[in-house]
Amino acid sequence: MIYFDNAATTPVRREVLEKALPFLETAYGNASSVYSLGREAKKAVETARAEAAAVIGADVSEIFFTSGGTEADNWAIKGAAEALKDKGRHLITTAIEHHAVLHTFEYLEKNGYEATYLPVDKDGLVDPKELEAAIRPDTILISVMFANNEIGVLQPIAEIGEISRRRGVLFHTDAVQAVGHVPVNAPELKIDMLSLSGHKLYAPKGAGALYVRRGVKIAQFMHGGAQERKRRAGTENVAGVAALGEALRLASAEMELEAERARKLRDRITDGILNNIPHTFLNGHREKRLPGNINISFEYIEGESLLLLLDGKGIAASSGSACTSGSLDPSHVLLALGLPHEKAHGSLRISIGRFNTEEDADALLRELPPIVARLREMSPLWSDR
Amino acid sequence: MYSEKVMDHFTNPRNVGKIEGASGVGTVGNARCGDIMRVYLKIEGGVIEDAKFETFGCGAAVATSSMATELVKGRTLPEALEVTNQAVMDALDGLPPVKVHCSCLAEEALHAALRDYAKKNGLEIEGLPEPKEDTHEREETEA
Ligand SMILES: Cc1ncc(COP(=O)(O)O)c(C=O)c1O
Repeated sequence: MIYFDNAATTPVRREVLEKALPFLETAYGNASSVYSLGREAKKAVETARAEAAAVIGADVSEIFFTSGGTEADNWAIKGAAEALKDKGRHLITTAIEHHAVLHTFEYLEKNGYEATYLPVDKDGLVDPKELEAAIRPDTILISVMFANNEIGVLQPIAEIGEISRRRGVLFHTDAVQAVGHVPVNAPELKIDMLSLSGHKLYAPKGAGALYVRRGVKIAQFMHGGAQERKRRAGTENVAGVAALGEALRLASAEMELEAERARKLRDRITDGILNNIPHTFLNGHREKRLPGNINISFEYIEGESLLLLLDGKGIAASSGSACTSGSLDPSHVLLALGLPHEKAHGSLRISIGRFNTEEDADALLRELPPIVARLREMSPLWSDR
Repeated sequence: MYSEKVMDHFTNPRNVGKIEGASGVGTVGNARCGDIMRVYLKIEGGVIEDAKFETFGCGAAVATSSMATELVKGRTLPEALEVTNQAVMDALDGLPPVKVHCSCLAEEALHAALRDYAKKNGLEIEGLPEPKEDTHEREETEA
């Protein structure tokens, strides 16, 4: 199989797996136990913390392990909302966030908070001026994603951090798609909280972290034991955390080379599609995007059909069509770019990872045109165009 | 998530295309929800001699179009009215719950084509339901 859905999840790298396995089998101790088996587990967790901190320029005391990106987003947003509720009840985010952020905002709206959802331009970018204009005296949190999971667009995080700090509003960023793929330095970018997740960077699912800048107080989310310096209860997922640390270390060490390689493949596939298949266009800014993200709309056809036929050729990718989102509406991200429904239904996301090769790109560029032609032949929109 | 029959009718759809000078053409659905189906019927002596379709939509939409046109070919008009969405789904060994609306569209496209035929010929087809509001039947411009 040719796997072009690395933004959905990634396989666990061999080196990462080897790092994690002992903590499932032989070094299975609870990191809270005093005997050597427990101390070994504790040491693995702290090593991983140091790796995670190093990758985003943080201090070890600012890293809290979670069950993944969703928990990190929930904790950051609900935790800030609760801690600051006496200061204000207004929160700002964007229309293109992951549902882990959007649905958390909607939950807070039902519970006495007000939210502003910033629009994006046709390239998927938030306007920092618009963001600044949305800040009110009662604004307590700004949450803007680092890199979008569907269109890969990289937001002007430095500018947003600058504005948030200057205006004294907490700034959270969902960097689940960014960390390990593009440079992210939390202190330099004036980020107060940052979510990351292991399974987007060759670590297992169910392990992630929240960076909380020292001095930032947010309410506790998981209550229970004294783990994570009493701020996130629950027996540590030692194997998952050890894997996350190792995956982050490797991603950071290899980032420059790997990003360059992915970018080349990305640009080759993008041009190969746009130049050879008519009535196609790229979604999201051409350069300000993740090295491995391609999102293209194929007019007159629907995405799920496209995915099924690609799957028939052994190629896995994803789409923003309604049929793949499990609702009747296509992707909220593509609609936020101003795409009409039918063009959003016809989108294909190709996300490149470290295991993709030039041969994978060849196969995709070979298989795609006849599939698109076939679906268009079948489409009433095509015959009416 | 799809049955083998659905995958078969999706990957090898029967009756794709147009019928030039069709006796009746019906288009339903809209691009908003992501499915548009057009059915062409050739009717002679009260029998559906040929049926073809064009569909913009997901795997289930294509498969139900394919199956619905298969089921009505060679049938009389009263028999064709028995090709309900349930009949189409049954013939496909079922559809996932979120895809059931696709099978409704197939039935409605068929009815729309029959209504077009009736209108063109000043006929009334007994038992043919009125268009449903929420399926966005479109005015036909071509025959
Ligand atoms: C941008 C973004 N945020 C949050 C998440 C959720 O992360 P997790 O799957 O680790 O809960 C994902 C991945 O699905 C994502 O892409």
